Amino acid sequence: MKLFEYMGKDLFRRYGIPTPKGKVIQEALQAGPVAEELGEVVIKTQILSGKRGKAGGIKFAGNPAEAVEAAQAILGQEFNGLVATEVLVEEKLQIEHELYLAIVMEGSLRGPILLASQYGGMDIEEVPEEHMVKMPIDLHVGIQPYFCKEVARRLNLTGELGRQFSEMLVKLYRLFREKDCELVEINPLVISGDRLIAADAKVTIDDEALYRQPDLPRVEERNEAEQKAHAIGLSFVQLDGDIAIMANGAGITMATLDVINHYGGAPANFLDAGGGANVEQTAQALELLLSTNPKAIFINIFGGITRCDDVAKAFLQVNSEKKIDVPVVIRLVGTNQELGVKLLQEQGIVAYEQMQEAAMKTVALAKGMVG
Amino acid sequence: MAIFVNSDTKVVVQGITGKQGRFHTQQMLKYGTKIVAGVSPGKGGQEAEGVPVYDSVFAAAKEHQIDAGVIFIPAAFAKDAALEAIDAGLKLVVCITEHIPLHDAAEIMAFAKKRGTTIVGPNTFGIVSSGQCKIGIMPNQFFIPGPVGIVARSGTLSYEIVGNLSNANLGTSTVVGMGGDRIVGLNFIEVLAQFEQDPDTKVIVLVGEIGGSSEEEAAEYIKEHITKPVVAYIAGKSAPPGKRMGHAGAIIERGKGTYQGKIEALKSAGVHVATLPYEVPGIIKELQIL
Repeated sequence: MKLFEYMGKDLFRRYGIPTPKGKVIQEALQAGPVAEELGEVVIKTQILSGKRGKAGGIKFAGNPAEAVEAAQAILGQEFNGLVATEVLVEEKLQIEHELYLAIVMEGSLRGPILLASQYGGMDIEEVPEEHMVKMPIDLHVGIQPYFCKEVARRLNLTGELGRQFSEMLVKLYRLFREKDCELVEINPLVISGDRLIAADAKVTIDDEALYRQPDLPRVEERNEAEQKAHAIGLSFVQLDGDIAIMANGAGITMATLDVINHYGGAPANFLDAGGGANVEQTAQALELLLSTNPKAIFINIFGGITRCDDVAKAFLQVNSEKKIDVPVVIRLVGTNQELGVKLLQEQGIVAYEQMQEAAMKTVALAKGMVG
Repeated sequence: MAIFVNSDTKVVVQGITGKQGRFHTQQMLKYGTKIVAGVSPGKGGQEAEGVPVYDSVFAAAKEHQIDAGVIFIPAAFAKDAALEAIDAGLKLVVCITEHIPLHDAAEIMAFAKKRGTTIVGPNTFGIVSSGQCKIGIMPNQFFIPGPVGIVARSGTLSYEIVGNLSNANLGTSTVVGMGGDRIVGLNFIEVLAQFEQDPDTKVIVLVGEIGGSSEEEAAEYIKEHITKPVVAYIAGKSAPPGKRMGHAGAIIERGKGTYQGKIEALKSAGVHVATLPYEVPGIIKELQIL
C-alpha cells in the first residue's frame, strides 16, 4: 500500500524526522490562509506517482492569491493518468543542495538495503552507479553509529549536518521496521541553511502486514471490481482487452494471458482464483468476470489442489442461475478431470484438454470468427 | 540421488492437526515421504494420520532424527514456527504458508543464514524428488521419476509444465518451488548449482516470471557455471508495468524485471527459451541428449 506524500510526512513527523511546515487541502480557497501563515509556498498535487513536477503537478506561489490560483490549476486535473483531489501546501524551502535517501526491502538480498546519493532530486534513476551509496542492512545489527557515519561520509555531510543525518537515519530505519515498510524514500532530502529536511516522502507499506498496523491510514488503489475480488479472496487486476480470463495460481494465470496474447487476443483481466478454490469461490469469480461484459471467457484450470469437478459444478451453477450469454471456453486438466469433463458433457459443453487449442478457440470466438 | 531431499529424508510437519496440515500429511505419506513427527502446541501425545504429535519441534527432535520440516501455519504465526524449526536444528524448512509479512520473511532468512538452514518458500508448493520424497502440496500423480530437474517460482505453472512433460514421457528428478513472494529462501542459483552436480538430472528447466532480478542473476550464473542444457519459460510477457500480477514479486517496477530483459539475459547465457509453456517438452526432445 502506497501512502500519499502528506501521509508519509505525517509519519515522518511522528518519528521526529524534520519536514517542511504545511497543510493538505481539498478546496483551492483553503490555500489562501495557509499561504498567509507560511509566506512563499509550494503547492504539490497528491497522487500516487513519481515525476509530479515534470507533469506540472507542482507549482510555486509568492502570496495567498497566487496560492489559490495554483491550487485551482491543480485540483481536479489529471497528472500521469491520476486525478488530483488533494494538494499539499507547504513552506517554500531555501534549497542549497538535494540528496537522496531510501531504505528498501531487496529480494535478492533477502533483507533491507540503504540507498543514498548526494545527487538527489529529479531523475534519480539517471544518477551513475558510482554516485549511489548502497549498503545492505543486517536485521540483527540494525543501524549502528558507524553505519550512519559511513553513509554521511560518502554523502560529504560533515559536522552539524552529519550529526543531523545520523539522527535522521536511525529514525527512518525505526519507522521502516516498526511500520512494516517495503520502501521509505526521501527525494529530495534537502540541505536548507544549517538544516536537513525531508522535502518529499514516499512510503510503501507491506500489504500482508496491514493487519498489524491498525493506526496507519488506508489508501485504496484498486478499482471497484478489483476491490470486490479482493473481498472474496481472489487476486484480480483489470486490463484493457475483451477476453475475460480465470485460472488457478498466479503463474499459470500470467501464462494464460501470454498465450491469449500470442494468438492475437486481448485479455480483459488477470483473475487468479487461487490454488484450491472451491465451488462457491469459483462461482463468485465467474460472476465477477460476467459483470465486466467480456466478449468471451476462458477458464484455464490445471487442477492440483483445485478439483476439476468443483470448477465444472461452479460453472453449471452460474450458468443455470444466470444463463451465460457470452461464449465460454473451458480447459480442464488434473485432479478429478474425468468427473468434471463428464458433468459438463451431460449439459452439452465440451471441455478442452490442451491449453493451446482452448486459447485459440477463445480468441476466435472473441473475434466473432466462429459459432 | 536427486537434490535436497530423497528417500532417506525424515520430515516433521508443523501444524499437522490443522485442516491443511492433516490433508497434506496424508498426501505426502501416500507419496512415500517419511514423516516421522508432527507438531501442534497443546496436542502433544496425540496422533494425526498415524504420525505422533508433539508440542514443539524441540520435543519432536528429542525423540526422532529429523532432517526437514514443513510449515502449515497461518501467516501471523508462521515466523515463530520457522524460527523454532531453525533453532531446533532442522537443515531444511519448507514454508508453504502464503501472505507472510515481508519483514517476517526477512527475519526468518537472517536467522536461517546464521544457522545454515535452507529455507524453501514462503508461499511455495514445496519440493519433490520424484518417486522418493515430496515435501509440499503438489498433486502426487504428476511427479514421476525422470531426467528433468525443474526450478520454478510458481506452483500451478510448474504443474502445467510437469504435466506437459509427463504427456511426452519425460519424468522429473527434483522439482523445486522457490515461492512467489518478494523475499524467499532458496533461489535459482542455489538450485542450479545442485542440479549441475546431480547425476540424475540431465536437463534443467527454469520457470520464471516477470519482476525482480532473480532470472537475470540466474542467467549470469548459468553462463559461468552450468554445463547441462537449460530450458527456460518466463511468464508475464503481456503484463503491463506497475501492475502486480498476483505474486508479490511479479511486478514491473521502474523499468526493471521486464520480460524482454530476462529473455535477453537468458538467451545470451545459452539458455533455450520457450515462448509458450507447452513448448518445453519439444525443446527438450530437440536437444537430443536423453
